[in-house]
Amino acid sequence: MRTIIYLIRKEFIQIFRNKFISKAIFAVPIVQMLILVPAITFELKNANVVIIDKDLTPESRGLISKLAGSTFFRISGTTFSVKEAENMMLHNKCGIILHIPVEFGKNIGSGKPARLQASIDAINSSSAQLSWAYINGIIRDYNTEISIENINTTQISSFPMIDITNRYWYNEELNYKFYMLPGILVILVTAIGFLLAGLNMVREKEIGTIEQINVTPVRKHQFIIGKMVPFLIIGLIDLGIGLLIGWLAFSIPFEGSILLMFLGATIFLIAVLGLALFISTFSGSQQQYMFVAFFCMIIFILMSGIFTPYESMPQWAQDFNMINPVAYLMRINRMVMLKGSSISDISAELISLSVIAVSFTSLAVRRYRKTA
Amino acid sequence: MQKVIETSGICKKFGTTTALDNISFSVNESEVFGFIGPDGAGKTTLMRVITTLLLPDSGEIEVLGKNCRTGYKELRKEIGYMPGRFSLYQDLSVEENLEFYATVFGTTVKENYHLISDIYSHIEPFRKRLAGQLSGGMKQKLALSCALIHKPKLLVLDEPTTGVDAVSRSEFWDMLGKLRKNNITILVSTPYMDEAMRCDRVALIQNGKILAINTPQSIKNDFSSKLFSIKSREKYKLILALRSFSETNTSYPFGENVHVTFKDNILPPSLKGYLTDYGVDDAVISESEAGIEDRFLELMQT
Ligand SMILES: Nc1ncnc2c1ncn2[C@@H]1O[C@H](COP(=O)(O)OP(=O)(O)O)[C@@H](O)[C@H]1O
Ligand SMILES: [Mg+2]
Repeated sequence: MRTIIYLIRKEFIQIFRNKFISKAIFAVPIVQMLILVPAITFELKNANVVIIDKDLTPESRGLISKLAGSTFFRISGTTFSVKEAENMMLHNKCGIILHIPVEFGKNIGSGKPARLQASIDAINSSSAQLSWAYINGIIRDYNTEISIENINTTQISSFPMIDITNRYWYNEELNYKFYMLPGILVILVTAIGFLLAGLNMVREKEIGTIEQINVTPVRKHQFIIGKMVPFLIIGLIDLGIGLLIGWLAFSIPFEGSILLMFLGATIFLIAVLGLALFISTFSGSQQQYMFVAFFCMIIFILMSGIFTPYESMPQWAQDFNMINPVAYLMRINRMVMLKGSSISDISAELISLSVIAVSFTSLAVRRYRKTA
Repeated sequence: MQKVIETSGICKKFGTTTALDNISFSVNESEVFGFIGPDGAGKTTLMRVITTLLLPDSGEIEVLGKNCRTGYKELRKEIGYMPGRFSLYQDLSVEENLEFYATVFGTTVKENYHLISDIYSHIEPFRKRLAGQLSGGMKQKLALSCALIHKPKLLVLDEPTTGVDAVSRSEFWDMLGKLRKNNITILVSTPYMDEAMRCDRVALIQNGKILAINTPQSIKNDFSSKLFSIKSREKYKLILALRSFSETNTSYPFGENVHVTFKDNILPPSLKGYLTDYGVDDAVISESEAGIEDRFLELMQT
């Protein structure tokens, strides 16, 4: 135990003596949060809509004014020609075409299903998704109003409205920042865990200090623990800094328990550090390590569901994510932060993550051999 | 006397290179034992096997009565190793390095300070300085202090004097001489033949094989022919002349001189005239005592 504590102490002395690393530890979370969150966060404001209103009834005009009244959309033109509207989209004059067919008003009035067609420029898929969600929301609201009016006037007891199922729970205004921020915290913790510890280990190899350690009675597990704990602590501190910035700069809501989030992050960091140290045992130089670690990191992050919801991934990707620690933390963070999930809600994720952590760490201990 | 190291038939290959080829030798207690050989001879590999860093492909090895395969855990507590490359933490201070190695061996600097005081006192004034900022000689003293701080029974030093100035080298060997009085057995490798004389016994190593093991004096005495030392301002011309002379057996440059042996083991009377004809007219010829290097070269020939 004394040895482990001493190893950890030594590691901290070295980390804080390194001018670059000691500053980077604090700079990285700040920069990442302040730049990455706004950069990859897409907020829909004043998206241009072209209206093809073939109905020209009070109902269709009501819908249009509702659309124009929202902050998300701007009516940039009206036309009767589908061709002209498509042309406008082609030349980036608008991102959305809303086609209101004849009979729209009549159908609504008589309680029949009314049809609308929205064409959305999907060059940028996340903005398209968002536009779609907002349009849906507005139509849903409008539809409810109509039904309510109907109830009041004609006393029909059954609602003639279309039931729009995708309500956005937990992030009602669909604030993309709130959705991305937990994910960016995950990226932050992943990068700290993956890069710092592995590079540190490879550096000991490169400069030969590991050879000197190997002839001492320091045991394998002591050495590995001595390497993991300092970077685990740094990872958690960075998570704390990131959260603080999220709260100060973006006033992100925090529904669940902070402690629970740190528990998830701790298990996650053990998994990632174990994997990083495992990779480092194969690498002869820092370049080699960087190459492999970056490759793993990018795959893990892209597959983790930061942009794509887990449920809409193909089966093979979902299968892969069984061993992807980043995917678990992505879910844990979002569930705890946005949904206020309790420990029993995320117990399945925590258990899987623990299994991964134990496996990766034992792999690292086994692979790190003191004898060639 | 108890043997500190006992090996028989050690072989180690790296791919197709044979780094160690059937190595057998033993080292006595409190001996300063030297591995002498050129670069690539296999000295480092042999030391890595002895310090349990490397397992041999075949052969038996016992260090301090423990088998390297089964007893390595206890063994590591009793060995002090100083690798050829400086491998302490350059970003820790002198003091921190020493404390670190004391702690991982489960001891304290205070407990064994008497062992290192002679060496450490030289660098103690700089104890707050980072190890990376020390001079070559001071680095070497720190590395030796760190290798000694846990009171090892066997000290293994891989080319400790390479890259160190001549004065520090001589000082270093004086320190080793004092250490053996503390019942510490010392295994040391060096590419410098002159340092061989400061060992109790040496093993001459070449291409992974041991050519000879003996006291340095006996190794010198084993030199089988009369050796002549010839000096001239025109050294290069002199070597060419000697190589083309029909009576020459061997000729090697040796510092300022050229060491030569002749076929009939006598100085040929015709030599002086031959050299003058060749254009070397200032040659000074004297009979010389053979050094370790001469014997090494002789062994390599056979
Ligand atoms: N890890 C290794 N991998 C491959 N070849 C090696 C390795 N270590 C040593 N060798 C080879 O083994 C031979 C002996 O090397 P070494 O023991 O370092 O010699 P020395 O220390 O006497 O200079 C050399 O030919 C060297 O290239
Ligand atoms: Mg060597």
